[in-house]
Amino acid sequence: MNQQLRRAAYRTGMFFVSIALVAVLWELYKVVGPEKGGKLFGVAILPRSNDTAMPHIWEMLSRYAEPEMRSPNSKLIWFVVLKGAFYSFRLALVGFVIGSIIGVALAALMTRFKTMERGLLPYLVISQTVPLIALAPLVVSWGGKLEIFGFTWPRWLSASVLGAFLAFFPIAVGTLRGLKSAPAASLELMDSYAASWKQTLFKLRFPAAIPYMVPAFKLGASGAVIGVVVAEISTGLKGGIGRLIIEYARQATGDPAKVFTAVFGAAGLGLGMAGLVALADVLLMRNRPKETTT
Amino acid sequence: MSAVHVAGVSKIFNQGTPKQVDALVDVNLTVEPGEFVSLIGPSGCGKSTLLRLIANLLEPTTGAVTVNGKTAAQSRLDQDYGMAFQQAGLFDWRSVAKNIELPLELKGWDAEKRAARAKEMLELVKLPEFADLMPWQLSGGMQQRIAIARALAAHPPLLLMDEPFGALDEMTREYMQGELLRICAETKTTVVFVTHSIPEAVYLSNRVVVMSPRPGRITEVINVNLGESRSEDTRAADNFFAGITAVREALRGTHADHANAGAIRGVEDR
Repeated sequence: MNQQLRRAAYRTGMFFVSIALVAVLWELYKVVGPEKGGKLFGVAILPRSNDTAMPHIWEMLSRYAEPEMRSPNSKLIWFVVLKGAFYSFRLALVGFVIGSIIGVALAALMTRFKTMERGLLPYLVISQTVPLIALAPLVVSWGGKLEIFGFTWPRWLSASVLGAFLAFFPIAVGTLRGLKSAPAASLELMDSYAASWKQTLFKLRFPAAIPYMVPAFKLGASGAVIGVVVAEISTGLKGGIGRLIIEYARQATGDPAKVFTAVFGAAGLGLGMAGLVALADVLLMRNRPKETTT
Repeated sequence: MSAVHVAGVSKIFNQGTPKQVDALVDVNLTVEPGEFVSLIGPSGCGKSTLLRLIANLLEPTTGAVTVNGKTAAQSRLDQDYGMAFQQAGLFDWRSVAKNIELPLELKGWDAEKRAARAKEMLELVKLPEFADLMPWQLSGGMQQRIAIARALAAHPPLLLMDEPFGALDEMTREYMQGELLRICAETKTTVVFVTHSIPEAVYLSNRVVVMSPRPGRITEVINVNLGESRSEDTRAADNFFAGITAVREALRGTHADHANAGAIRGVEDR
């Protein structure tokens, strides 16, 4: 236990060290990089290092403590970003839950029926090659026409659906691998007990799948965040962090540090989602042999 | 009524294809209640296949398997037998007691009855203090004892074992053999036991069934009967060695086509 704690502390430490390292590199480039950008072997590859393109780290951070706009009763930016991130977080969470249900159900189906796996899996792969930007307006217009039993499709649900669209794929594939990871001897044992397929699924296959499902759900969680942020941007949904990024980016010439506050907010949002899954991982794996919990 | 009755059973895999394998041809075997019968033979002789046919994990191509007077399929549904494999195969995510309870859970027993039975089984295999540990905290021999407790949890009249001690070191193995005999005597369980080891088969069994490959078949059945009270001294007794010699000769016979072969592939001569 003590060793686990030490390892956790080490990992957290390395996380902050790596972030600090990126910040140092950023500032270092600002010192040595060309002010107007540069060409390498005739290709414009070196980014401009002036304060408009690359504001100082401390400017980005101090921007959080300043008001969002110049009007006298404007809120401080950290509050606006936090509020936007929380709004998007809720959408991403809904998307993640929808994606998880669909992903796990598809994996169970594909485990049950071999033909399902052969018939379905290629379509799942193809589905992920459709650009999200193209899909977003479609989902919004389909959703707008939907009305079932008095349930009208709220605009934010389209963003969640797009989050689910990115989340379900890694979850389905990872869970499928996990469900198939149950050792043949254990399956034979369940057979010898005349266990039903459902009993085998819940008492053997799913528990055996957990080590495969956790990383898949982590990917799914960050997928849900990306889906929601992109959907907010491309459908113009107000209130979320995606909208803030696009708004602040338009003001980048006058206020270059501002857009970074929202970008960091989106990154923090992704970390928050992944953190939720990591927490579930710790709870689910606490009684497992330590080799599998790396 | 015999515990196991195998009548004219053949098992052919991939029938009619170039990959056809005659795993078993015309096998007849009867095991009486309370008997301990070992199946021994070189790799590919179909001993594991025969065990799986008795367990109804495989269907025979021809012939019939009867367990406790019922069809093999019915006795599997009724959980008339317990099974143990070379790997203990305990579920990592269940405590020792919960592992033993697994077959009872599948049968729909209530929690109180399950816990009481798990406790009883843990005492039978002499590991009562390990109930709440996780399987990976146990040694290989202990895990295998838990697997036996799990196989016997529903008090089946028949125990099917597929090289259960194959992965254990020699010392643990001999200890486990003694424990298995004690447990079977206490519970009056019939055992069909697949093994690679001649001394193991002789020490444990009333009868040793010697099998040979290509096609898989029974070549000889040897009565051993070292008596009820077997102990460590039995391993040095004359009739123990006589049994080993008899089984070894029978196994040599299965290799008549290469009579000069010293060691028999796939059979431990230790």
